[in-house]
Amino acid sequence: MCGSCGCGSGAVITLLADRPVPAWLGGHAQPMPDHPHRHVPGHGHHSHGTVRAPDEFLDQDEPHAHHDHDHPRVLQSADSDRTIEIQQKVLAKNDDLAEQNRGWLRERAILAINLMSSPGSGKTTLLERTSRELAGRMAISVIEGDQETALDARRIQAAGSRVVQINTGVGCHLDAEMVARGLRGLDPPSGSIVVIENVGNLVCPALFDLGEEAKVVLASVTEGADKPLKYPHMFRQADLVLLNKTDLLPYVDFNIKQYMADLRMAAPDALLLQISATTGDGIEGWYDWLRRRVPAPHD
Amino acid sequence: MAEPGTKASDAVHELAITEGLVDAVTQRLPGARVTCVRLEIGALSGVVADSVRFCFDLVTEGTDLEGAALEITEPAAVCHCRVCGQEFEPDGPIALCPCGSAEVTVLAGQDLKITSVQVA
Ligand SMILES: Nc1nc2c(ncn2[C@@H]2O[C@H](COP(=O)(O)OP(=O)(O)O)[C@@H](O)[C@H]2O)c(=O)[nH]1
Ligand SMILES: [Mg+2]
Ligand SMILES: [Zn+2]
Ligand SMILES: [Zn+2]
Repeated sequence: MCGSCGCGSGAVITLLADRPVPAWLGGHAQPMPDHPHRHVPGHGHHSHGTVRAPDEFLDQDEPHAHHDHDHPRVLQSADSDRTIEIQQKVLAKNDDLAEQNRGWLRERAILAINLMSSPGSGKTTLLERTSRELAGRMAISVIEGDQETALDARRIQAAGSRVVQINTGVGCHLDAEMVARGLRGLDPPSGSIVVIENVGNLVCPALFDLGEEAKVVLASVTEGADKPLKYPHMFRQADLVLLNKTDLLPYVDFNIKQYMADLRMAAPDALLLQISATTGDGIEGWYDWLRRRVPAPHD
Repeated sequence: MAEPGTKASDAVHELAITEGLVDAVTQRLPGARVTCVRLEIGALSGVVADSVRFCFDLVTEGTDLEGAALEITEPAAVCHCRVCGQEFEPDGPIALCPCGSAEVTVLAGQDLKITSVQVA
């Protein structure tokens, strides 16, 4: 089992951009005609799933090298046991890889956004609309995280963006290593945006830095107004909270004033924008937010 | 795996953390027979100590940490209020100043770290 993300079956990464949808979706792995599947052994200490992708980007350098740690210090000996002081963050390895992703992205002037929400809040719907409406204005590509299927990646591809699907199996979040490989697969152009649609879940994605520039939490009026107080850790880290499905406000019991007050408590620094991904209401605010953050491309 | 009264769905989320813990220790001390791991889970770390305890035996099975004890300390968070200027320890997962303000900066209590291990 993978040691850092809990994905028992290993993450599977598929590039969908610019080529036909692979036939292996139903569980029957079949090589694509021009781009035979290649299984890449996990580097370092343990295997981290399977990459299915064209050869060209697998030959590039791995995005991260392993990090050297100081030698542990022996503190005392009691009986036969020795206590060894370690002082290391549990997720240090992920944090290191995330920093390397961040460096890689900055070098190329690419804006990466970590988009998180409960399942069904409308992340993919938002990204479909964003892809369609920003076509020709801003270059966007998407890393799709789901436990199973490439359904969302196909939706994004149909909407016109380049996309990589990462299937985490039982893993309930993306980690920095999966994203590193996803980024290599996408190879996004300088001055573009990469939105990472995390696995739908408000718990673990909050713990795993992916190397993104900003965290966006999407909430919807149909899931109840209590989420910021129930998942304060997730909301506290948000740079932007998008409240989606506002077209349904007349039909649901959702006290928006209370929501805003609760959100202030959980996430005092987050900006709140109200949108409807299906009607497009308020969506320009999201585009403006993105536009302000996109770096100028390197030539 | 789920015992009555244990929320398996919560524990599943902490599984990844517990695996990260085992991974970190075995990489740091390859081959050592670990008898105890001491972990610090800050009050604002977003991780539930009980769920880590729940996962620990399961995850350590067959590793160098099998049978090891797990000692968890949960240091309180420390926050600074940007409205009234005081430092305070929030008493829940939401960092609210006693003055009523939520405009706070978290100074400590977000860490999730291994402090030491005991080896045989
Ligand atoms: N009424 C309404 N439905 C929406 C909106 N955004 C998404 N949905 C619906 O919510 C469901 C889940 O959306 P999806 O984008 O797959 O959510 P994801 O799991 O967060 O990616 C779909 O049936 C969408 O059509 C919205 O703004 N308004
Ligand atoms: Mg989706
Ligand atoms: Zn989880
Ligand atoms: Zn105060």
